Amino acid sequence: MSDQIELRVNGKSIRVAGGTVVAAAIALAGVSCFRKSVLGEARGPLCGMGICMECRVTINAQPHCRSCQVLCEEGMEVRTDE
Amino acid sequence: MSERRFDFEIVVVGAGPAGLAAACMAAENGKRVAVVDDTPWLGGQIWRGQQARPLVPQAQKWIERFRRSGATLLDRTSVIAAPRAGVLLAEHANGPREIHWDKLILATGARELFLPFPGWTLPGILGPGGLQSLAKSGWPVSGQRVVVAGSGPLLLAVADGLKKLGAKIVSIAEQAQWGRVAGFGATLLAHPAKLAQAARIKWRLLGVPYRCGVWPVKAEGDTQIRQVTLTDGQRSWTEACDLLACGFGLAPNVELPLALGCELLEGFVWVDAWQATSAAHVYCAGEPTGIGGADCALVEGQIAGHTASEHKAEAQALFQERSRWHEFRSALARAFALRAELKSLATADTLVCRCEDVSLGRMKQFAGWRDAKLQSRCGMGACQGRVCGAAAKVIFGWGMESVRPPVLPARIESLISVAEKESAEGGKASTGSECRAPALREYEN
Amino acid sequence: MSQTYDIIIVGAGIVGAACAAECARAGLKTLVLDRGPVSGGTTAAGMGHIVVMDDSEAQFALTNYSRRLWMELRPELPAEVEYDSCGTLWVAADGEELAEVRRKQAFYTERGVRVEVLDAEDIRSAEPNLRPGLAGGLRVVEDAVVYPPCAARFLLDQSKRHGAELRTSVTVHELLGDGGVRLADGSRISAGRCVSATGPWSPALTPGLPVRKRKGHLVITDRHPGFVRHQIVELGYLKSAHSMGKDSVAFNIQPRQTGQMLIGSSRQFDAEDTAVDQPILERMLKRAIEYLPSLGRLSSIRVWTGHRAATPDKLPIIGPSVVGDRVWLATGHEGLGITTSLGTGRLLADLLLGRRTEIPASPYSPARFEGAKA
Repeated sequence: MSDQIELRVNGKSIRVAGGTVVAAAIALAGVSCFRKSVLGEARGPLCGMGICMECRVTINAQPHCRSCQVLCEEGMEVRTDE
Repeated sequence: MSERRFDFEIVVVGAGPAGLAAACMAAENGKRVAVVDDTPWLGGQIWRGQQARPLVPQAQKWIERFRRSGATLLDRTSVIAAPRAGVLLAEHANGPREIHWDKLILATGARELFLPFPGWTLPGILGPGGLQSLAKSGWPVSGQRVVVAGSGPLLLAVADGLKKLGAKIVSIAEQAQWGRVAGFGATLLAHPAKLAQAARIKWRLLGVPYRCGVWPVKAEGDTQIRQVTLTDGQRSWTEACDLLACGFGLAPNVELPLALGCELLEGFVWVDAWQATSAAHVYCAGEPTGIGGADCALVEGQIAGHTASEHKAEAQALFQERSRWHEFRSALARAFALRAELKSLATADTLVCRCEDVSLGRMKQFAGWRDAKLQSRCGMGACQGRVCGAAAKVIFGWGMESVRPPVLPARIESLISVAEKESAEGGKASTGSECRAPALREYEN
Repeated sequence: MSQTYDIIIVGAGIVGAACAAECARAGLKTLVLDRGPVSGGTTAAGMGHIVVMDDSEAQFALTNYSRRLWMELRPELPAEVEYDSCGTLWVAADGEELAEVRRKQAFYTERGVRVEVLDAEDIRSAEPNLRPGLAGGLRVVEDAVVYPPCAARFLLDQSKRHGAELRTSVTVHELLGDGGVRLADGSRISAGRCVSATGPWSPALTPGLPVRKRKGHLVITDRHPGFVRHQIVELGYLKSAHSMGKDSVAFNIQPRQTGQMLIGSSRQFDAEDTAVDQPILERMLKRAIEYLPSLGRLSSIRVWTGHRAATPDKLPIIGPSVVGDRVWLATGHEGLGITTSLGTGRLLADLLLGRRTEIPASPYSPARFEGAKA
């Protein structure tokens, strides 16, 4: 499938296929830490189905979005905890 | 779509097998039907990806049928509250939605059961179903070494699916004993299609170690998992991996049913023969009533759809088929019952609540779930106890209490819509500005 | 006459816990009973604001005294109590409310409470997420925030160190005139005195007590650190004096150390149930969004309700009941129980032991209500 959508993950441009979820785009960008836990641990997706809240990131300045449930869109700005 | 208020005769929550089947029946029976789903996909978690790249003929068939049925799909719509009978509040990217129903069918599916063990919070450890879902939506697994662990038939299906996407399956660790799993295999003789499916999967996974009576005890890594330690109770060994897909079967999504006042029986939504719950005009089908898989969900969904649209004869005609799947469901529960050792994988400093980072040792200081929640904040975070509450039930036998809105975390503005509407329509609700606190001197802290 | 305990305290919320800490510290053999877990009632439902109030001299005296006790206790509080001296910011929407700011400033200043008046510009820089155009505000510098369930647990732990016993999941059915209690299972525990610290449920044990349940709603958000910096409360009550509804809402928001926020508040009489009342919740949230326009986009995790123990004169009931001097009361703290718990515990112990109280105790005496004699 050809790359169709361009978005930015932590400021870095990445192209992904249509139908890719934001969580996958983050992984494709080589980022393993989606959020920092209360004690500062790096966390990534656990359930992949929208219930565990571990994959929450900031999408277009809206914090706490479940990246596993949101499809990538052209020009999206995605930020993880670094 | 910026529409905010929706009215349907029958509303189905969940677009997985049970929800699609229910919606098809009700819509084909001439009712105005909507299916509401959290995700942007049709098919729920189990059939995720079938919409774009159809591989499962059964999924394909039902998705097609749904599209022809005339039912409306409200996707990316998360139900967050049931403020009064006949109304659901939901959140959509474009704003809050209010969905009115005469009959409601809950097909909220299941989630994976996660049990804590040292290292389980490392990135790269996901539920098997979750990893498969993400892989279908672009998560890179090609060339990745994956250990699949936990329990249930899903492990094999996921290993198969990931292998097709180019993953290297290092091994599969099933916690149930071989004897039980083999016994389950024998019950599949009554379900030839399932048996054939299992045989095909096993064939494709030839060369991948499938070990029964084996479970994970420790994960290690740096920025992500690098290796997992497995045990058979006698000896332990370590396997290097890039991803660990680990889940201990499924747990029903009963939050919305609870919010609607549906009674539970042994952790599942109680339904009568017609799939009717204890709450008036509310039906339930699929995994929330018992973990039985997609086929069981399809039959229950059809029955619920027929019942809700007053086609009882058609519903009744499916009772026998449902009985067969309920036998399968019981066999599933027996074969993959969790071993006691899994309750003590976590050590005192293993985090159980991942939202609030509460350790097992801290939780152990308290007598029950509510006490532990109040004092340690476990279960008070963004997942609302979905992960640690289910684990605490297994580890401590603690029961969950009632559900509070919102059923899923939601934007504050999404909690506001009903009264605004009602006051605009001259309804009884009043607006905020006309009546303030009698005095803030009557203060609170 | 030998009693099993010197004193039995019924209710392990913040008020019962504070009474237990004081009684045990004074050497009384103390037993605390609760039908649920520690702080499972109103304490769990409340916000946890340590605040000095000025509705009456008596209210000021008790809140100011109590806040001082909290400040003295602060060095001993464990981290999970989350004591944060963020201060209270009373917000004035317009000139009329600004006049109230000045009145409050004078009241507090005369009585030695540290306050600062903020003009329109100050308030913008103090809380940038508040809507533009507010007239000003009053910052009560030493007001603070705690996490009530852990605060109650800490006070109970203190009492245990002085020999007190705690039994949870034990229901008391009757306070006996001889100072003992009778439990739901029919058994009795004897004591020299018993204290009802059962908040909104106290009329069940003391029939006729003029304590009414007053329901409130709260919303907690996900972590949005820095969105607000003070406990912010509207001063808008002047206008509302003309429209005294049975149900009311007011803007009140509290930052937690976790970066979460608690959003209140609502008040409803005659609402015994604990269900979320959607229309009042919406009014409450709309009021909050009027003050903090971008609040609506933030993520909420949970909505819940609780019941305050309201009295006719807005003052708590502390002291021997009129039934007899063996049955005591520590209830009726309405929305101020977290603040006034410490003052209540100290007053109760002083009265029990015949010590001189630091503030006059008579305004809170049960004797002021005819109903307490029932």
